[in-house]
Amino acid sequence: MARITRADVEHVAELARLALTDDEIERFTEELGAILEHAAQVSSLDTAGVPPTAHPLPLVNVLRPDEVRPGLDRDEVLAQAPAAEDGRFRVPRILGDVP
Amino acid sequence: MTALELAAAVRAGERSAREVVDEHLAAIDARDGELHAFNHVMADSARDAADVVDIAVARGDDPGPLAGVPIALKDNLCTRGVPTTCSSRILDGWRPPYTATVVERVLATGGIPIGKTNLDEFAMGSSTEHSAFGPTRNPRDPSRVPGGSSGGSAAAVAAGFAPLALGSDTGGSIRQPAAFCGVVGVKPTYGAVSRYGLVAFASSLDQIGPFAVTVADAALLFDVIGGPDPLDSTCIASARAPIAESVDDGIEGLRVGLFAELLDGVDADVAGRVHEAAGALRAAGAKVGDTSVPAAAYGLSAYYLIAPAEASSNLARYDGVRYGLRVDGDDAASMNARTRDAGFGAEVKRRIMLGTYALSAGYYDAYYGQAQRVRTLIIRDFDATYRDFDVLLAPTTPTTAFEFGAKTSSPLAMYLSDVCTIPSNLAGHPSMSVPFGTGADGLPVGVQVLAPALGEPVMFRVARAIEQAAPA
Repeated sequence: MARITRADVEHVAELARLALTDDEIERFTEELGAILEHAAQVSSLDTAGVPPTAHPLPLVNVLRPDEVRPGLDRDEVLAQAPAAEDGRFRVPRILGDVP
Repeated sequence: MTALELAAAVRAGERSAREVVDEHLAAIDARDGELHAFNHVMADSARDAADVVDIAVARGDDPGPLAGVPIALKDNLCTRGVPTTCSSRILDGWRPPYTATVVERVLATGGIPIGKTNLDEFAMGSSTEHSAFGPTRNPRDPSRVPGGSSGGSAAAVAAGFAPLALGSDTGGSIRQPAAFCGVVGVKPTYGAVSRYGLVAFASSLDQIGPFAVTVADAALLFDVIGGPDPLDSTCIASARAPIAESVDDGIEGLRVGLFAELLDGVDADVAGRVHEAAGALRAAGAKVGDTSVPAAAYGLSAYYLIAPAEASSNLARYDGVRYGLRVDGDDAASMNARTRDAGFGAEVKRRIMLGTYALSAGYYDAYYGQAQRVRTLIIRDFDATYRDFDVLLAPTTPTTAFEFGAKTSSPLAMYLSDVCTIPSNLAGHPSMSVPFGTGADGLPVGVQVLAPALGEPVMFRVARAIEQAAPA
């Protein structure tokens, strides 16, 4: 597989919502390249027809009676947020121009 | 005194829980400035909980099997109203609005949470050097790392700060530090213990488990924390018989396999201890043979695609909106990105980047998909081996505890210290580390006992036999 480039790292940082510095981008380009080279050893095994394992247990849906139960206390939860207002989390502008 | 002895003395009214707790708090005061096992010592709430236990005993009530026993909690287990940091700046100041199921069970059986222990940030690391609050030192030799990520919990037990501790193990984070610090550490079967209230790292691999000085104490804590929990849908729904009473049942006739792939390439003194332990098991009546789990040789590679992929998804929740740190930006997206760059340390960012890349369009099948298929092959090879053997024996780590800074410049070198522990996480199997003598440098060596899913009863019996034969 092709070695990871600086442009790849910049793209992935955007996907991961990480505002990396130039130094970090430089360092991760090199380090991720080395780690991925090792990880690519998985390609050397023949896995034709082998199903993937996403989870170690044979899980089935877990159901419970649809009964009202107390949830977390809203004020206690909001008290832990960086900003809250009127019983909701407060965030900066998501869409549109600055008013 | 062991946890079993302490609890018996407290239940019988021979010792007060308050006195037990005060003794352990004094030990922490005396030496934790040097070791830094704890991020936060819960002195006041521990004394209050001890008083509740003592009042119950005075009234003639039984507080439960952990009566008055101090327990150190890894700081990624949520404790309502008590700071839970995951050793990360991004959770600075956060106090969870709920308590992890395992902690509730400790409290319900008379146990005393005594503090929150240091870890590699979000449990990502093998030395606690990736903690935002500085590393923990190994009580056996403070110039060495305690291992990680649950290094604080292992050090707390090794230093006598608490007879028991809880940690979490995603790729070896309980067993590796247990081996480095010379204590017992157990990773249970996936789903044997509720993960409710454990801050998620890689959800298909994470399990909570005990640290203790003795195998019997580890069984005691495992019995308390295990079992079904409606708050964790991945928790096995059927109840299991307690382990504690069968720990001493012996190993006559059990088939023990020496795990070839994990003995290959480890330090000679460490491998020598494993062979010595195998000899002791043979002498105690077990049948010992060589065996192989060929695909396990690819465990490390598969793990370092699967775990970061899951982590990149789990850690998306740290967005500056709901908890901890926020760094302002012009809009929500820049606030998210600035908060995450300021709040996460280098190793966490590295794994988020690695996982996001492995899951991204064009690479998903070659990396993440292939790693998941290799995971299937590893499980199949284990299944084949367990047709001939009841348990497997291996080193817990390739080396004894290393020096600070020895592996921080190369992420890959650090990752390689998990090579012996990762296969059990990928398979969802139980595994535990038992101290067995020292290496050439005089530092503890851990022997690892691996078992198939739900094989804890046999695994603990074998661990007990190894403990009995361990060199002084």
